[in-house]
Amino acid sequence: MSKSERFSWFRFSSPQTFYPLAGTLQPWFAAAATLLCAAGLYISFFVAPTDAQQGEAYRIIFIHVPAAWMSMFLYLVMGFWSGVGLVLNTRLSSMVATALAPTGALFTFIALWTGALWGKPTWGTWWVWDARLTSELILLFLYIGFMALQAAIDDQRRADKAGAVLALVGVINIPIIYFSVKWWSTLHQGASVSMKSAPSMATTMLIGMLVMALGFWMYSIAAVLARVRCVILERERHTEWVMEEVGGQA
Amino acid sequence: MIRALGWVLRRDLLLAFRRRGDVVNALVFFVIVVSLFPLGVGPEASQLRNMAPGVLWVAALLACMLSLARLFAPDHQDGTLEQMLLAGEPLVVLVMGKVISHWLVSGLPLVLMAPLLGLQFDLPGDALAVLCLSLLLGTPVLSLIGAVGAALTLGVRGSGVLVALLVLPLYVPVLIFGAGSVGATAAGTGAEAHLLLLGGFLALALVLAPWASAAALRIAME
Repeated sequence: MSKSERFSWFRFSSPQTFYPLAGTLQPWFAAAATLLCAAGLYISFFVAPTDAQQGEAYRIIFIHVPAAWMSMFLYLVMGFWSGVGLVLNTRLSSMVATALAPTGALFTFIALWTGALWGKPTWGTWWVWDARLTSELILLFLYIGFMALQAAIDDQRRADKAGAVLALVGVINIPIIYFSVKWWSTLHQGASVSMKSAPSMATTMLIGMLVMALGFWMYSIAAVLARVRCVILERERHTEWVMEEVGGQA
Repeated sequence: MIRALGWVLRRDLLLAFRRRGDVVNALVFFVIVVSLFPLGVGPEASQLRNMAPGVLWVAALLACMLSLARLFAPDHQDGTLEQMLLAGEPLVVLVMGKVISHWLVSGLPLVLMAPLLGLQFDLPGDALAVLCLSLLLGTPVLSLIGAVGAALTLGVRGSGVLVALLVLPLYVPVLIFGAGSVGATAAGTGAEAHLLLLGGFLALALVLAPWASAAALRIAME
């Protein structure tokens, strides 16, 4: 890596330079999210065939599965940026971690909610203490804990760092929790209901799901960029460039 | 380093001994919570026997969590913690001493009290032994993880509720295998796997948690 290249990477670690960059990129990601989600929804509702066993109800997995993927992936991303913020002491990394949490929690909630909606017609019950459902619920608790901790601490730097430590502890714990819950549910359940009821998926179904997943990715990036911009403005409000930025727009 | 550990341990135990009420309160809480369950679900022996591992473990979890407030907060208030941070000894060792004393004061009494409560729930003898063993392995993990939560919420608004929010999801694996070991004994499948996993958690928490707590304390005292 050449020196100038490395310089350019760190250039955007300053909130002042990142703010306009995020502002430029955000509409593109938002547009991509809209297009991909629209395409994904079209495929999942009109193109994908009706499932032989589950009928039309299965179509909710086009939202459910990508949301569940995102919910777990975003926690890892949050942990990554928390770690970077803690080690390199870059303010922007912590801001990104803060901005990621609500989106992650949102996807976790969507995954749980759509899971319940899917479970009622398929399993005949809203909620099952299945390994995935339970670990998803605990993931939601972890997100809420992260946000609650950051909200409770008034000192911004301390809030960032405390949240970062918590996120890292959570990242180490997630696999442990996941496997514990998995073993626990296999121990407890006699007549097990598993999500493996659709072993071979039609290609159109897979494509629909992937397009939706991409759309959720784009939405996450767009939402996080927008939120980071708000966080930057709020935290840097004493600086000259923010005064100019806000004053210029008003 | 070992001497510093010893001194912290001695000091915290002495402080706990001088304020015996606090220690007893957590234990009484444990007993009361466990005793409430039969009143809530009915006195049928077979049902109680099935519930016993879960009830006892959840109550132990809550009792352990409630006593976390005593771990760092008093030292934070009177400035002792600041001196500990300034001391020449590594903070990790001091934290370790505090965690050990916390376990001796709030975890160990639960372990000793549990068989008695297990009898109330009509648990057979071998299940009682496994209950004790699982609590013996599990409660130190609760203290270790709890120390991270306590350090993170030090001096924060509404820290009592917040610490529950942070720590309880992380307690899930311990609860699963702790209660699972007793259930497995009662079901006759043997508890070795559960106990070994609990031991594994203890080893992992022993290695990682003091560092995380020390880091969190440094952040809190900045």
